[in-house]
Amino acid sequence: MKEKNKKGRELSGLSDRTAMKIGIGITILGLIFMAFGIWRGEMAVVFEKAVNICMECIGIG
Amino acid sequence: MDKKKRTNEWGRHRVQILWAFLSNSYLAGFAKGRIYQGKLKNLCVPGLNCYSCPGALGSCPVGAMQAVVGSWNFKLAFYVAGFLMFIGALTGRFVCGWLCPFGLIQDLLHKIPFLKKINTFPGDRLLRKMKYVIFLVFVLLMPMFVVDLLGQGAPYFCKLICPAGTLEGGLPLVLLNKGMRGAIGWLYAWKNVLLAVILILSVIIYRPFCKYICPLGAVYSLFQPVSVFRYKVDQELCTHCGACAKVCKMQVNPVKTPNHPECIRCGRCTKICPTGALNTNVGKFGK
Ligand code: SF4
Ligand code: SF4
Ligand code: SF4
Repeated sequence: MKEKNKKGRELSGLSDRTAMKIGIGITILGLIFMAFGIWRGEMAVVFEKAVNICMECIGIG
Repeated sequence: MDKKKRTNEWGRHRVQILWAFLSNSYLAGFAKGRIYQGKLKNLCVPGLNCYSCPGALGSCPVGAMQAVVGSWNFKLAFYVAGFLMFIGALTGRFVCGWLCPFGLIQDLLHKIPFLKKINTFPGDRLLRKMKYVIFLVFVLLMPMFVVDLLGQGAPYFCKLICPAGTLEGGLPLVLLNKGMRGAIGWLYAWKNVLLAVILILSVIIYRPFCKYICPLGAVYSLFQPVSVFRYKVDQELCTHCGACAKVCKMQVNPVKTPNHPECIRCGRCTKICPTGALNTNVGKFGK
């Protein structure tokens, strides 16, 4: 296995700064996905499932 | 600071306990054998926390993902996927170390003394890949494609595997609810056996469910190498004494890979480092 070098490059080959930039990009994309999902009405499905006892979760359904 | 102080984890456990209590504080649910039905259930909590736990105020992201993927009219779950991307890319597996009730349970069980604790074994690395397969098969593909006449898929991870559901939902609700006691069958027995095995194994192996099975940890782990919250090593200060790798219960060497997918951000390594070479990008952490 390759070790991390002095500039902070990791095994993935990315520098810390590049990795963080990608992370920020995915964080923002995550927010966009959430907004789109809420707009499509997915939250209602989650709510409906969560406020009724989930028979599968408890091992009955 | 002596070594005992530097490996003391009760600071982190206090945060875990507080979070587990806050996110499961619908006490009337425990008293009446019911679950919370208010608006907060629209929102997901970051850790594995069954929404059928009588105290749960929020939704479990793994359950929520299966609910949307398995619904006849959606199939793609942008809301929950976006939530997982947001939490994962921002914090990596910080949630696993600090904000997941099922992680806490395994942490506490591992404190029980046992003749011989097992750190690793042949096949350990390979077995850790199983959680990705479980995510793909039981959380995504089966709910999406194994459907009934109406096109609805069941949440197969919840149904066949999840020990958090059995512990937090199944046991209290069946104990508190007479009607449900009559409805239990082989599935209930299977899930309880699985739960018992995982709980017993947790005494011997550190966090076996997190290492090998949990689909939520699997998803967060994918983002860890690029997460905004990160660990870093000051190569000038590091003496390569190996203390950090030795103290890690997830078998990560943070000097080689400070942002390894298996690291749960518990902070043991940053506390043990005698030279202060290991740090996070938001300062010292895990005290
Ligand atoms: S791996 Fe799963 S069960 Fe373990 S702490 Fe992370 S989310 Fe919780
Ligand atoms: S404990 Fe500190 S000095 Fe020692 S190897 Fe780890 S990071 Fe380096
Ligand atoms: S590398 Fe450090 S923070 Fe990560 S799991 Fe190991 S001891 Fe905990």
